[in-house]
This record gives sequence, C-alpha cells and structure tokens, in this order.
Amino acid sequence: MLIFAAILISFIVIKLTGLDGKLGFLSTLFIVSTLLIFIQQWRLRDKAAAKDSLLSSFALLGMIMTVIPIVSIVYTVVIKGYKGIHFGMFINDMSLNSVNDPIKDGGLLHALVGTIIMVGGALVISFPIGVLTALYLTEIRGKLSRPIKFLVQAMSGVPSIVAGLFILSSLVYPVTKSLSGMMGSFALSILMIPTIARTSEEMLRLIPQELREAGVALGGTQWRTVAGVILPAARSGLVTAIILGMARIIGETAPLLLVSGGGDSLNFNPTSGAMGSLPYYIWKSFLTGGTEEAFARAWGGLLVLLAFIFILFGLARFISGRKGN
Amino acid sequence: MQTQVAPSSLASVAGNRQARVPGSELLGTGLETRGVHAWFGTKHVLSDVSLDFAAGTVTALIGPSGCGKSTFLRTLNRMHEFIPTAAMAGQVLLDGKDIYAPGTDVTKIRLNVGMVFQKPNPFPSMTIGQNVLSGLKLAQIKRSDTDELLETCLERAGLWSEVKDRLNEHGGALSGGQQQRLCIARSLAVSPQVLLMDEPCSALDPGSTFRIEQTISELAKTMTIVIVTHNMQQAARVSDYTAFFLSDGGPGAMIEAAPTSKIFSSPVDKRTEDYVTGRFG
Repeated sequence: MLIFAAILISFIVIKLTGLDGKLGFLSTLFIVSTLLIFIQQWRLRDKAAAKDSLLSSFALLGMIMTVIPIVSIVYTVVIKGYKGIHFGMFINDMSLNSVNDPIKDGGLLHALVGTIIMVGGALVISFPIGVLTALYLTEIRGKLSRPIKFLVQAMSGVPSIVAGLFILSSLVYPVTKSLSGMMGSFALSILMIPTIARTSEEMLRLIPQELREAGVALGGTQWRTVAGVILPAARSGLVTAIILGMARIIGETAPLLLVSGGGDSLNFNPTSGAMGSLPYYIWKSFLTGGTEEAFARAWGGLLVLLAFIFILFGLARFISGRKGN
Repeated sequence: MQTQVAPSSLASVAGNRQARVPGSELLGTGLETRGVHAWFGTKHVLSDVSLDFAAGTVTALIGPSGCGKSTFLRTLNRMHEFIPTAAMAGQVLLDGKDIYAPGTDVTKIRLNVGMVFQKPNPFPSMTIGQNVLSGLKLAQIKRSDTDELLETCLERAGLWSEVKDRLNEHGGALSGGQQQRLCIARSLAVSPQVLLMDEPCSALDPGSTFRIEQTISELAKTMTIVIVTHNMQQAARVSDYTAFFLSDGGPGAMIEAAPTSKIFSSPVDKRTEDYVTGRFG
C-alpha cells in the first residue's frame, strides 16, 4: 500500500516540478517512500522505530548505489560483447588479420594465453614474497616491521606505468634488451606484491594468538607452527589475498605495453618475443580500429576478460572452501 | 615476611602420597622451582617462588586475579618467553635438570611439560583426529602406531566414546567442553610427564567442568598436573596440594602451600584463611 502511495506521489511531484526523467523519478520515489515509512513507523510505533526505519532506508540506498554500477557494467559488456563472441576466436590469433577484418576472422587466443602466462608468472613471484612479508610483519615482528609496513603501503600506491618504466629501465634496457612476457610478469609483480602482502597480513592477524601458543606448547618450533597451524588456518584468507592481487593486475595495460610489447601472434615462451594480453587486445581494437568490426572485437575481448575473471574467482573460492569449515 | 613455606615440607608430604601411585617411577621425579621471579618489561610480577610438584600429584594454584599464578604456570614450560618483553630468574628443575640451563632445547621441554589453555583452541584447519596427532607433526616425532595413540589419548581425555565415529569431522564441530577435552587429548599425544592447565574450565558450563575434573583425576594416576583455577571448590575437588598466591600491589608471591585439605581447613597464614573462606578475592 505504502509503496503504491509513494509511486503515485512521486509521479505527481515530477509532473508538477521540472524533475522529469527516470533519475528524477527514482530519486523522488526514494525521498517520498523514506518519508512515508518514517511517518508510518512514528505513528504506529515510536520515535526510535521511525529513526531505525530511516537508517534502514539509507542502508538500502547505499546497497543499491553499489550494485547499480556493477550490474550496469556486466549488462553493458554482455549486451555489446556477445556479438563479438564466436568459436573461432578461441583457436586463432591476430597474426594474419587486422582489427578491421570481419569479426569471424582471427581471434584472441594469443591474448588469452599471454594473460594467463603473465598473470600466472606474476602470481608465482608475488605470492611467496607477499606471504613471507606478511609473516615477517605478523609472526617475527622484527625491528624492521614499521619501515617495511610503511614501504608496502607506499608501494601499493605506485602507478602502474611506473612499475612498467622501472622494469624497462632496470631489466629490459640494461639486461635483456628485448621485450618478453617474463618482463611483463616482473612489472605486474611490483603491483601485486603490496596487495598480497597487505591482505595476507590482515588475514594472519585474524588468527587468534591462542593457536600460536598451542602450537608452540606442543613442542613445535615457530616455523613448524606457522607452516602446520597458522598458514592452514589462514588458508581461505590467503586465497582472498590471491584474488585481490589478481584483480589488481589482470586489467593492467600500461606496464605491459612497455615491457612485454603487444604481440599479435601466439607465443607460449615467456622468455622471448612480444606477448599479447587481453587488455592490450581490447585497447588495440578500440584505438586502432574504428569500424563496427573492431568495436565488436573489443567488446568481445572485454566479455572474455570478465568471464575469465569470474571463472578464476569462482575457482579460487571453490578451492578455499572445499575442505574448509 | 612469611611468604614461603620451605620447599621440603611440601615435598615430604608429596613423597608419602607418591608411594601409592602405581607405576610412578615412569613419571620422573616431578618438577621443582627455586626462587622463580618474573618480569614483563620493567614490571616485576612474580617474586621468589619456590615450590615442588611431586610426580603423580595434582597441585592447584589459587589466588585473586593479577597475583601471578598464571605467569608462574607459564614459567614451568617456558611459555613465559613467548611474550616478547617477558623475563624471568630462578630455576625450574624437571627431573633435577634446570629447564632454563643454557643449551636446553626449549621444544623438548614443552614436549615433557604440556599445556592446556583457558579457552579451548583446537586447530581449525584440522579434523578431530588430526588435532590429536598434531603434536607429532609439530615436534616431528615419527610413530607407526598412530591409530592406537589416537584412541589412547582420546580415551584418557574421556572423549573417545563421543567422537570415535566422527574423527574426520572438524574440531570446531564439537561443543566447548568437548573441544577442551580434545585439547587435553592433543597435549597427551606427545606423552608429557607434566600437564599444566591454565583455568581449563573457566569458559565451560558446569556439566563440562565436571567431565574435565573427572579427566584430571584419571590423568593424575599417570602424570603430574598443575592447575590454575579461580574456582576454590574446584581446587578442593581435584587437587592433592594447593598453593595460594597473592599480590599486595607489588609483585605476586606465594603465600602458602600445603595439602589441599589443610589449606581449606586450617591454613597457617591469615590471608590464606581470608581468601579461602571468601572474605576477599
């Protein structure tokens, strides 16, 4: 009943004022229904209940405002991207095609493989370093804890292009003198390590001190207690750290442009040759194309990237929850 | 300052009782402390405690909060060191050897002197069975008869009949009292001579408390037990000896130690009498 009244009043309000359009209607509807519920609660119950209802309304508003962009992004990518999806894209690369070719020609296999190799490589480098850093901060708590914590925080604010430039000037130019997927992994690691270190640290801090004491009281050394008790207890938290770390880097384009180049052909070897990636594929299709085909290709690439991320996260949650509590 | 009893007075009474403990020669000669002090940072929290725990006896440490009894307990297996600013002085002798002597392997000490904590703390990532055997893994002890060990430990902790069909479930699935008995079983698996219990029942309901107390009485036949408790009835029910600790604002000290019946019926010190009769604390 109340909601119909709210819709009716909102309708009248926007007709009488200049607040036309969907957004105007929805904002008016929110204000009107919040007020109506507030008055109803006050009359039926008391002031405290009315205040409670006000808070619930704002919490609901916050929730909707968070969900709208997510839903809208996924919706847009799916609607625009499905036209760019075809089976051939998963078995072909772009070595013989330009982005303006018909959508059925070429594909993004090289980009998918490149992303998997470079993100995988970055994970292999960053996870041990990140977790060891977190263990230093939570378990060893040495003299360097404070400066290291500060450094990790500062590092998480490093712009991604700086990470790319750093690898370019410290490894690519002086040492390898060529672009490769491995350099891409190194650059991504610089961005990934702080995220993994900070998240793991928070997760390890959640492990009760009693478990550490129990492990040591059973005759375990500190390291055996960490390996046998603390890390297994923090397992799902460490998986969260991996997810957040991957989320941080999987869409990075800038550093990869600098150090792994933008390959258009399939390359399984991370140590030599340019290596493509999904963000690069999307960027190139949007920027160098201009035809309908190129845009469809770019949106298709976005959809694949999004689906890939969802699959990875689902997998990670499955692994962490399988033997969990 | 009559803050101590001569260590020998306790040891002699203990000696009498030890005679009726079957197989007590396996228990070693018990645990003795000589002039134990403890500090946290610069704060002196425990002063000059000398106390003997004869093999095969249960000793209760009682006293109001902040009197240093838990700190004292933690000096007995060097868990005191686990707190970064902690320091101690004095000797703790296990079978006549000082556990603080240079070159002593602290992990070996903790295998011989096990500990059960105030809050049940089973390892969350492990099943009930894995929890019991976790000490072997942590201390890297190889044993082939793990199935038997598992059953024996759970049996001794009074938990076997309740969990024998659910050894592969997680420890968190048990009730609080069962979790605490699981923690007792876990400390038994590495065959300690001495078991320290830091208010093991304070987080439990009366029924679970009763079960733990039964377990303690069972275990006392084969090992030495030191239990910190806030519950004086519990001290009276489970212990052979009782030591009363008190802090007068300064560091905590042991006021009186004697057979439990004597502490509760005719304590020597006025302060002990006031405490056990409920006049303060």
